[in-house]
Amino acid sequence: MTKHHVTTTVNGDAVEFLCEAHETLLEVLRDGLGLTGTKEGCGTGDCGACSVTIDGRVVCSCLVLGVEAEGKAIQTIEGMAAGTRLHPLQRKFLEHAGLQCGICTPGILVAARSLLERNPDPTEEEVRYWLAGNLCRCTGYNKIIDAVLDAAREMRGADHA
Amino acid sequence: MPDTMTFTKKELRVVGTRPVRPDGVPKVTGLARFGADYSLPGMLWGRILRSPHAHARIRSIDTSKAQALRGVKAVMTSADLPEQKFEYVGPERVAVNFWHMTRSVMAREKVLFEGHPVAAVAATSKTIAEEALGLIEVDYEVLPHVIDVEDAMKPDAPLLFEDMITRGIEPAPDRPSNISKRIELKIGDVEAGFAAADEIVESSFKTAPVHQGYIEPQACLARFDTDGQAELWASSQGHFVIRALSARLLGMDIGNLRVYPAEIGGGFGGKNVPYVEPVALVLARKSGHPVKIVLSREEVFKGCGPAAGSIMTVKIGIKKDGRIVAAAGVFKFQAGAVPGSPVMNACMCAFSPYDIPNVRSVGYDVVSNRPKTAAYRAPGSPISAYAVESVIDMAAARISMDPLQFRLKNVAKPGTPTVWGPKHAHEGFAETIRALMQHPAYTTPLNKNQGRGVAAGYWFNNGGESSAAVHINEDGTVLVATGSSDLSGTRASLAMMAAETLGVEFDKVRPTVADTASIGYGHLSAGSRTTFATGIAVVEACKKVIGNLCARAAMIWDVNAEDVVWDGGCARYTGKKSGEFEPLSLKAIAVKKSVTGGPIVAEVSVNAGGVAPGFAAELCDVEVDPETGAVKVLRFVTAQDVGRAIHPSYVEGQLQGGAAQGIGWALNEEYIYDEAGRLTNAGFLDYRVPVASDLPRIETVLVEVPNPNHPFGVKGVGEANIVPSLAAVANAVSRAIGQRMTELPMSPPKILKAMNGGR
Repeated sequence: MTKHHVTTTVNGDAVEFLCEAHETLLEVLRDGLGLTGTKEGCGTGDCGACSVTIDGRVVCSCLVLGVEAEGKAIQTIEGMAAGTRLHPLQRKFLEHAGLQCGICTPGILVAARSLLERNPDPTEEEVRYWLAGNLCRCTGYNKIIDAVLDAAREMRGADHA
Repeated sequence: MPDTMTFTKKELRVVGTRPVRPDGVPKVTGLARFGADYSLPGMLWGRILRSPHAHARIRSIDTSKAQALRGVKAVMTSADLPEQKFEYVGPERVAVNFWHMTRSVMAREKVLFEGHPVAAVAATSKTIAEEALGLIEVDYEVLPHVIDVEDAMKPDAPLLFEDMITRGIEPAPDRPSNISKRIELKIGDVEAGFAAADEIVESSFKTAPVHQGYIEPQACLARFDTDGQAELWASSQGHFVIRALSARLLGMDIGNLRVYPAEIGGGFGGKNVPYVEPVALVLARKSGHPVKIVLSREEVFKGCGPAAGSIMTVKIGIKKDGRIVAAAGVFKFQAGAVPGSPVMNACMCAFSPYDIPNVRSVGYDVVSNRPKTAAYRAPGSPISAYAVESVIDMAAARISMDPLQFRLKNVAKPGTPTVWGPKHAHEGFAETIRALMQHPAYTTPLNKNQGRGVAAGYWFNNGGESSAAVHINEDGTVLVATGSSDLSGTRASLAMMAAETLGVEFDKVRPTVADTASIGYGHLSAGSRTTFATGIAVVEACKKVIGNLCARAAMIWDVNAEDVVWDGGCARYTGKKSGEFEPLSLKAIAVKKSVTGGPIVAEVSVNAGGVAPGFAAELCDVEVDPETGAVKVLRFVTAQDVGRAIHPSYVEGQLQGGAAQGIGWALNEEYIYDEAGRLTNAGFLDYRVPVASDLPRIETVLVEVPNPNHPFGVKGVGEANIVPSLAAVANAVSRAIGQRMTELPMSPPKILKAMNGGR
């Protein structure tokens, strides 16, 4: 089977990889590049655990082919903290107990960051609808919503400073 | 509220606060390693071939073509697993039969459900493994199948096991059936009780099987050396149990298998038993390579036990003043393909919240052509509570009594007999109902098409076997290792109890979940037992360490050890000897460890008794759309007696999570089969768990009636919260539409039908 050569950017770094035509971006990230922070919960785009951004847009990486990464900018959970400094969303998830088992957390953080980039001051309802594609079975979502709203508050304050 | 715990004398410094969990950062950066995140050099990918039929005899399996495919390193069938003895072992409530278990892992004579594993391969890539599955030729003789529990109980039903004689009936039936077991529990004289009742309320109910819905599919990595020693990295609710069951199923020594606990991405009871681990171990043994297996979501739905579905009838008799004088329930549970539904739990828990003099619970454990059921959060109890709490609601309405007042009037107290024998021994039920009655939500007015439901529920909680080791490092920092899988924050709660006991700061304590070769046995993280039972082990180990620290301080001071006490994180001299005895901190003693006796370590194993049950009471407001039958949950309040909340945020999270799962169970979730006995909704698109926009905020009330048998008063918190949820939602919907809903899930078509008088 011929493999395709793909040149892309992952978390700001230039990356090249070989993949088969049918391999998903999720498989490439996890099995090829060793970036296992992106999780597979369903493989059918229903749970959001594999959320990453491509050129700033949230996608389920299980529904994207690896070859589609060519020339794109991919952001995964591994690129969310700035070096040793956690993103405010990451910090607020810890402070608000926004995770229990933690398997859905990377996908939810990636999706929530994308929301706050578009809408720095979302209502609770807007957060709930934005995250409706990210399943969490542990928390009942309360503390996730609290964490996102609190991170938004803090980030708005930081912008004004 | 009486407070009898040991630690009450002084102010708690750590317990009851909300520190960031010690395992938190890797979980927000993506670095935490879950079951699917491990790999080894030379690793192969394992895949499982599953039955396309609901019920068929396996005439033959030809694996030769698969074996010949380039890149395939091993193919296995049930022939690679030793036959097991047919016997039920362990306590009756949770008995297992390895003859059945090995057949659940890999089919032998027959496939018993669609998705039943029949063979497995290990190959150098996922693609090759998948291709190899297609080359395995299985010759099936398709048999008639049966899916629903009442059909399965009929005398002419297709039999899953041609020699299954129902247990629990005297004399034993002379014909085989799909009824594995009949259970009857009773106290008092039920017939006399009903005869003395002023009002009798009776109704029948049906619930669909629902899946635990953990977001992480089962996954593991196994390696097996030619000397017979093996290692396994697995996501489970108990790596010691996975070790024991896998070793048994492979016929290997437990000592030859070391299991490392991966982070677990949700379990809820569904990861108590092995599915992929024995398969990966056999493939690793046969191939000589490490083998990784990660299930797909479809495989999880089709192959890894949902909770049981049921058909139930409940009848209660009451006096005009609201006293319940008799209760009877018949609970028929789907076990799935092999025996072992939680019907006994259902029978035991059903009427447990109440003081009823005459009770009879009858249960049937019934096999049918579905995947074997697995535990799901208070297994059995939410199902029987749905029926009982619905009938309780009808009874309260019959005599125009407030539904919570009705429950409070009949609530069980210490001394109230249970249907299985012992008397209730703990407070907390009445306090929890009162807490809900006092919540402002209970008196908020409702609008048109809206309804309010309440319900209560009981769960045993568990104690049992746990181990913990406490190591004092030479700089005064503390390691706490336990053998208990951390599902949702127990490393935090255990470290908090250690910090509190030792008198050190929380961030000086580092908790870990140790592998099976590094700590004594720990049973499953199930039954809401970890913070309770493993917590006792941790506190006992800390106390042992404190004794050791005091002895070392006495040595440094050259005084009698009995004159040294541990207080505020320091050894203090209390004797009469004159001289300077500045208190010695843990750190001050730790730095001198080498000259005072060497390493400071204590390991303690316990078989914790003194369990206090969980009790929850919940309120749900809904609005039903009369055009579509869709239900919107407007408000949900969950009150639970938690004993004492060690980390209140994580305790609240347990209550919220349980309620959310209960709402899904009540409104959306179900296994749907086609005529051929195939599951038609094996994915999260068609099997719909609640998403963020489906739910309101879930309000929590932590009732704290401490358990006197735990050093910090802990009662289990993980499960009781889901017990009332189904009924709370059902009672709310029934009040909103003025029709009693007797079938779950209450999907829009069913509600519309009820609103239109059955049409």
